[in-house]
Amino acid sequence: MPRQFQRGTTSMNSLEPILAKHPFFEGLDPAYLKLLVGCASNVRFDPGAYVIRQGEGASHFYLIRQGRIALETRAPQRPPIVIETLEEGDILGWSWLIPPYLWRFDARIVEPTRAIALDGKCLRMKCDENHDLGYELLKRFAHIVTQRLQATRLQLLDVYAPNA
Amino acid sequence: MPPTLEQPGISHAASDPMRPEPYFVASVSRETHDTFTLSVEPANGVPAAGFAPGQFSMLYVFGVGELPISISGDPEQAGRLTYTVRSVGPATQALVSRVTGDWLGVRGPFGAAWPLEAVRGKDVLIIAGGIGLAPLRPAIYHILRHRDDYVRLIVLYGARSPGDLLYKKELAAWGRSPDTQVLTTVDYGGVNWRGRVGVVTTLFRHLRMHPDKTVAFICGPEIMMRYVITELEENRGVLANDIYLSMERNMKCAVGFCGHCQYGPYFICKDGPVFCYQKLRGLLGKHEL
Ligand SMILES: Cc1cc2nc3c(=O)[nH]c(=O)nc-3n(C[C@H](O)[C@H](O)[C@H](O)COP(=O)(O)OP(=O)(O)OC[C@H]3O[C@@H](n4cnc5c(N)ncnc54)[C@H](O)[C@@H]3O)c2cc1C
Repeated sequence: MPRQFQRGTTSMNSLEPILAKHPFFEGLDPAYLKLLVGCASNVRFDPGAYVIRQGEGASHFYLIRQGRIALETRAPQRPPIVIETLEEGDILGWSWLIPPYLWRFDARIVEPTRAIALDGKCLRMKCDENHDLGYELLKRFAHIVTQRLQATRLQLLDVYAPNA
Repeated sequence: MPPTLEQPGISHAASDPMRPEPYFVASVSRETHDTFTLSVEPANGVPAAGFAPGQFSMLYVFGVGELPISISGDPEQAGRLTYTVRSVGPATQALVSRVTGDWLGVRGPFGAAWPLEAVRGKDVLIIAGGIGLAPLRPAIYHILRHRDDYVRLIVLYGARSPGDLLYKKELAAWGRSPDTQVLTTVDYGGVNWRGRVGVVTTLFRHLRMHPDKTVAFICGPEIMMRYVITELEENRGVLANDIYLSMERNMKCAVGFCGHCQYGPYFICKDGPVFCYQKLRGLLGKHEL
């Protein structure tokens, strides 16, 4: 379970249109949405809270509806480094998809955040049962992973450094 | 002496384009730890030559050398020229160390400008990285002053860290203008930074664009511009004809004579620095150019 979250009272039915509206699920077959909504819950986080912690079990992924989250990594005897921030329309986390299902970074709330949490175990089960759904989800995650890899490459080049 | 190559609608100071005119520093302000904005006025009291957004001057620091610097001020503010300079070596260091009343030699303005007339009626998407916001600021001033001539103005700006963001107050003010969206991000942010962290291309995902109605102006390090162009062309459907970028190479004469800034078939100083990407396709990113 995600830590320091407050579960909303929204019923599963009312989550379906929210899922459909999120850019990550844009154009997804409504039949798949019906399957996914069973794994979804509404969550809210306050600034300073950690949604996920490096090294812990990756139980969920999040569709961000509002707010801002900083992805951080820790190094001994140094302040954490913010790798990227995520906000409305973004998704947080794909470690639930890849064994050993452990988070590789921390995610700290910067601005009050509302999101839909999708239970990783529940999703994996549905994907195992319905490979078409699994393929559709994998394509969407692969697209995001590629985008983030491109961005990380540019970030590594440190193009604005003095004498770059 | 080669013929003076004029840009449409822009006249060089009547004198020899190779001879620096004496100007004095009217004001200096600090933007960041290594970047300063200087305004200069002609020593002879004759108002400074007009310029078009995107053009640059050759600034001569007596005893140190001469270097190209884009004009970063308001094109409609007569009388003075404004530059934003990042100290990276001897000449820029000498420039940012000038104080009010010091003298500088100024040649120009030179070079091709952002095509602000040709893109009237469009959404203008401005993408800047680091000091690259300086040559784009006059274009932003122009668009904000002639707001009805353009539809949406979108500014995407990336810097290295929060402390490296230029024109912070202006960015905030531009963002409050009607039909204007300003998004900023930094490559590295500390834990106390509440803004965005991520390279400038990550800002695209927050935009709803109309590719057929959008023209993009880009300025920043060349690698950054290549990533931005890939995003515009491949993921957003903006055509090469609607993408303009400002290029940078070492230059000497600034009038297309000496060949220092040759870039394939072009001279950056007179054919650029602003180019339509359609012309540079195949050149950008090519080894040894
Ligand atoms: C058309 C044009 C417009 C320009 N406009 C501006 C402007 O508005 N503001 C501004 O600050 N600069 C601008 N420049 C760049 C500026 O001319 C150079 O930074 C300057 O010539 C460097 O001279 P220097 O003696 O200080 O450093 P050099 O001794 O020539 O260089 C010192 C070190 O800095 C590196 N370096 C040089 N230029 C840059 C750079 N631009 N970015 C990062 N590292 C660099 C060099 O590779 C070298 O390692 C412009 C250049 C061109 C061609």
